[in-house]
Amino acid sequence: MSEQAAPVKDTATGEPPRPGRFRRLAAQIAAGPPWVVTVLSILLAMLVGAVLIIASDQEATAAFGYFFARPGDSISASWDAVSTAYQALLRGAIFNPDSASTVTDALRPISETLTEATPLIFGGLAVGLAFRAGLFNIGGQGQLIMGAIATTWVGFTLDAPAVIALPAAILAGLGGGALYGGLVGWLKARTGAHEVIVTIMLNYVAFLLLGYLIGSEAFRDPDNPQPVSKPVNEAARLPHLFGDSLRVNAGLLLALAAVVFAWWLLNRSTLGFQLRTVGANPNAARTAGMSVGYGQTMAMLISGGLMGLVGVSQVLGTANANNALTQQIDAGLGFTAITVALLGRASPVGTVAAALLFGALQAGGREMQAAAGVSIEIVTVIQALIVLFVAAPALVRGIFRLRGEGEGSTGLLAKGWNG
Amino acid sequence: MSLQLRGITKRFGSLVANDGIDLEVRPGEIHCLLGENGAGKSTLMNILYGLYQPDEGQILLDGRELTINGPRDAIAAGIGMVHQHFMLVPVFTVAENVMLGDERTRRLGWLDRRRARRDVAAISARYGLQVDPDALVADLPVGVQQRVEIIKALIRDARVLILDEPTAVLTPQETQELFAVMRSLREAGRSIVFITHKLKEVKAIADRITVIRRGAVVGTATPDASEVELAGLMVGRRVRLTVDKEPAAVSPDTPPAFSVENLTVLDESGQAAVDGVSFDIRPGEILGIAGVQGNGQTELAEAILGLRPVAEGRIVLDGRDLTGDSPRQRLRAGIGYVPEDRNHDALVADSSVAENLVLDLYDRPPFGRRGSMDVRAIRANARQRVEEFDIRTASIDTPVGALSGGNQQKVVVAREMSRPLRLLVAAQPTRGVDVGAMEFIHKRIVAERDLGRPVLIISTELDEIFGLADRIAVMYRGKIMAIVPPDTSREHIGLLMAGAHPEEPGGAKGPERPEGGSGPATSAESLKPTGPGGPDETAEAAGIAGTGATGAQDTENAKGGDDE
Repeated sequence: MSEQAAPVKDTATGEPPRPGRFRRLAAQIAAGPPWVVTVLSILLAMLVGAVLIIASDQEATAAFGYFFARPGDSISASWDAVSTAYQALLRGAIFNPDSASTVTDALRPISETLTEATPLIFGGLAVGLAFRAGLFNIGGQGQLIMGAIATTWVGFTLDAPAVIALPAAILAGLGGGALYGGLVGWLKARTGAHEVIVTIMLNYVAFLLLGYLIGSEAFRDPDNPQPVSKPVNEAARLPHLFGDSLRVNAGLLLALAAVVFAWWLLNRSTLGFQLRTVGANPNAARTAGMSVGYGQTMAMLISGGLMGLVGVSQVLGTANANNALTQQIDAGLGFTAITVALLGRASPVGTVAAALLFGALQAGGREMQAAAGVSIEIVTVIQALIVLFVAAPALVRGIFRLRGEGEGSTGLLAKGWNG
Repeated sequence: MSLQLRGITKRFGSLVANDGIDLEVRPGEIHCLLGENGAGKSTLMNILYGLYQPDEGQILLDGRELTINGPRDAIAAGIGMVHQHFMLVPVFTVAENVMLGDERTRRLGWLDRRRARRDVAAISARYGLQVDPDALVADLPVGVQQRVEIIKALIRDARVLILDEPTAVLTPQETQELFAVMRSLREAGRSIVFITHKLKEVKAIADRITVIRRGAVVGTATPDASEVELAGLMVGRRVRLTVDKEPAAVSPDTPPAFSVENLTVLDESGQAAVDGVSFDIRPGEILGIAGVQGNGQTELAEAILGLRPVAEGRIVLDGRDLTGDSPRQRLRAGIGYVPEDRNHDALVADSSVAENLVLDLYDRPPFGRRGSMDVRAIRANARQRVEEFDIRTASIDTPVGALSGGNQQKVVVAREMSRPLRLLVAAQPTRGVDVGAMEFIHKRIVAERDLGRPVLIISTELDEIFGLADRIAVMYRGKIMAIVPPDTSREHIGLLMAGAHPEEPGGAKGPERPEGGSGPATSAESLKPTGPGGPDETAEAAGIAGTGATGAQDTENAKGGDDE
């Protein structure tokens, strides 16, 4: 992690942990630095999720009906409901001992988690990067749709071997998103139009354009009764990494490359230095001779490009079976990406961790629904609660009686809005 | 009424802002609270006014313990406060502002404005606080706005009045008028706590002095203590209050290195904030621009760096016309720029000291090459600057926001002086800086001059101007009133700052100083303009030097006092 993510890192490992290592760690936790708040937020969200699981479990609620006669029943029924559900979650997300007869089966949960996490990594990086430049990119939906449209079009029209077709399709998606995001930055720089308003409106434009295109002559798959585009050519699809029966695909490698790029950009490039300065103090940036408008345009361009890659991984990856555009291609990822970036505190490494967590919740949620009969919506609630607690660090510190230092991530969001 | 603070302690996290402070304010005394910025003066007064709760200690009023849970309690107990930044509604009249928060109504909830006007008039007459109750606050000069704040406190029957850095926004003449008001309040038996870091004022007005350093009382003094003694107490070591420098070694016929020609710059509302300003600076000379805050100095500095478009005129450095250049081009041309508000314009608080030290050099070798930054070079540079400029920081990776004001300013100065300059522009170079750092920064500025650079210093602190400048230009309402030699008297410059030309017959009779409590009827008063809602008296009325400036510019003045 970089010196930029210093608040997280410094307090955790910044000093040589020689004397009284454990005691020092305890003191640091008690001080309630951001990373502790994040961990506690996840715990709290799981706790609230547990209450909801109990409330939605028929046996448990029935047992609560005669709580005062036999409290033991309701407690054990609650415990059963929660432990079954969360065990299913872990089985779906990490490892399932009941179906681990082959290596492939044993790896399947991890593969699912990684597959779900891939678009979230791109999206989280995109939103996080914009945050660092003081911009709130709420237009991920639009940018990823534009990326998906571009990548699909190249994917089914360009008839070439994979070494050409795949990079071309990826670049098209990158470019589609970048232009759509860059437009927002350019408008802001030239006219002062607030990026939140503009991106929200452009989301509609992209969404409706998508609806039009998949019904149009140029895109529509004639063999399919549903309004779905033609599938992209085999050559343009992201290959599976570990055999066809595991969904994890080369999009993950692309995502990890994007993480390295984003880290370098933010922490080692002159452009990133400019972006961060513009984001943290536009007046100081201007006084130091930087162009605030250029910085904002570049930030939205790159952010949009990363969002375009979300579209790429949706279309060319394994998220949908037919590798084609549908009206639901966005899967709400443009918004989930915002929560991932918030949880990851807008740092590239933090974003990977947050995306993995959300990917795991998503993958595990399906198993939870299948095996424990708990609605997958609980997962969405837990994700929302995590972000809510992270955004309200004072609440978490209050609950756990931590002393508190700094203000946590709320400032991050506020900066985005102030733009 | 006597007020006692006993063992007041206030902590913010691990920072002890107030550490067992004892303070006694006797009836009818002016008690000065002297300390550097960040010494804990304001925290203490905010505790007294109920904005903070102390962690330990008691507040005693006439021997009885008092719990103050908010400003309402403080006001009820007879404690009034005039904040550094006024808490007035600009579009309300004086009377409306005074009644705000304490509205008296007649039948059916009608506001009793007549009574409010009467009360204001009564208080004004009693303490010599001249103010028109029907004037809009937005139209009033800063000094008069301050009176409105004082009246607000007095009308709520404040017997202890806290004035937080009240002179920061005043001309020397307005300061004298404020002192006259303070004396008449003292004679009426009211107590005043006067917070400041200006030694001259302390000596002029205080009955007793309590000096605070790092949150603790380090001593008490009487006004006959010397300035050097007081400064020593305040800083904790001996300091030099004068700047050591030789007179500028340039002959008057050296061609100027930097010239501003007939420069006009507009503010946000389209008014001319800088109005046809011209001056030259020769190499190896310091030109100081004196003036009350908000008279166009900020806009002038910003126009020189290119942050604000020039409406008319030229800016020429070493024969090259910079008028159309971007800030970056001007920085490259060799301008070093220290803006007046470092937190607003010069530093990124969350970024490290090392990064802030290259904020305007980040993309130049050795720090940046082909889009990539050389962290090693940046760190090496930081270590060197920290050493050279004696920046007190835990490490070069510490966020610059965690440093004290003086050290933050040293970061800015170190950065701007770490490349070859052809012009140094420094606005308020020592604002909010402790005396020790001030000494150091002044020394570096003079050193820059002695290297043969033209230097422009903009400051509202006359002491700083007198200490540094080889020539002094006085700005008033966007114009340069005069450029005078550094041995000009303080009074003369004070008059220029108020817009009067001392040598002209019109100005000469205007601003007599209402010192010595000779009653409210000053000569400035007799010149009171009668225009509707127009600016009232004050030495500003001596602005028969006139300039036809409108009320709107006074608003600008008032705004200038606010931090954003």
